Amino acid sequence: MSKFKLITDGLVKNNPTFVLLLGMCPTLATTTSAVNGLSMGLATLFVLVLSNMAISAIAPVVPDKVHIPVYIVVIATFVTLLQFLMQAFTPAMYETLGLFIPLIVVNCIVLGRAEAFANKHGVGESALDGIGVGLGFTCSLTVLGLVREILGSGSAFGFNFIGGNDGMLAFVMAPGAFLCLGYLMVLFNKFVKKN
Amino acid sequence: MAVKSNLTNMVLVLGTTCLICSAVLGGAYVLTEKPIAAAAAEKTNKAIAKVLPAFSEVTYNEEGKYYTATDGETLVGYAIETTTVGFGGPLSLIVGVTPDGVIYNTSVLSHAETPGLGAKCTTDEKFMSQWKGFDASIKKLAVKKDGGDVDAITASTITSRAYTLAVENALKTFALINGGECNE
Repeated sequence: MSKFKLITDGLVKNNPTFVLLLGMCPTLATTTSAVNGLSMGLATLFVLVLSNMAISAIAPVVPDKVHIPVYIVVIATFVTLLQFLMQAFTPAMYETLGLFIPLIVVNCIVLGRAEAFANKHGVGESALDGIGVGLGFTCSLTVLGLVREILGSGSAFGFNFIGGNDGMLAFVMAPGAFLCLGYLMVLFNKFVKKN
Repeated sequence: MAVKSNLTNMVLVLGTTCLICSAVLGGAYVLTEKPIAAAAAEKTNKAIAKVLPAFSEVTYNEEGKYYTATDGETLVGYAIETTTVGFGGPLSLIVGVTPDGVIYNTSVLSHAETPGLGAKCTTDEKFMSQWKGFDASIKKLAVKKDGGDVDAITASTITSRAYTLAVENALKTFALINGGECNE
């Protein structure tokens, strides 16, 4: 498999949000604005790349029966590391994303890539796979956040373009998350995935 | 998956993994401890600077949950933390009160209000600016619906009431501080 394809696979063919429907909990909950979606995506990307690399490196020496606990410990370590870093250097973002940062530990994308890819491939390939899937997740969340932000608060990336703050509230709240996700999924599968 | 799943192997691998991971995290904690504390301190300082006039020093009173801000020898005011229950959960404010009992400004520390409705308590200019220079001895501290002088946020009376109650609590704390400190 070419290196380029490893990355584009995660972005399009195996897009975690629109095709695999993994990691729905942070997807629906944190995409109230484009910036929030982007940050959540980048946080997941960070954990995904590092855990993919670490797991592919240790996979040959991990006995089958304890592989899940070992992977979870590794993933949890990276998530905690990320928490420390965010608390120290981006405290505002840490507060916005709140609970969803520690919840990356149980994000099925991360464990899913470890199980489906990293434990069968080399460190380099696993890193690329992590980047691909992570970018796929980041892009999806940013687009979803952007659509919800435009409809719900009349702004894009925090830049307000309708004046005042009279957006369609429903899109900032949970029902809007489901609606937007559903329509984006339809569009994605019709136009992007087919080619 | 070359390694056999016998007891020794499993204990060894899981144990080693945990050991290495905790060592890494321990190291990371030591390295990030100071920046995290600095970020938290900066956040409090910024919050206090928002609700009080210029000051040079603050001291925190753990028991009463308020900061005393001084500029040299003179007392600038108190920044009082209060928490009430809003529409979506706890609503925490920091309220700046100058020594004469007038509110200098208020600011939201954390909230869980509905985006676009109650959450406007952090963005609505009209709602926020009315607290600047609010003197509870002249104006009545209650939302207009309840016969007071506080303009509520449209469609967010519960949040506005919670906000007002938090300010009221802050003023009670202020009265306690004053009652305890000077015997006039």
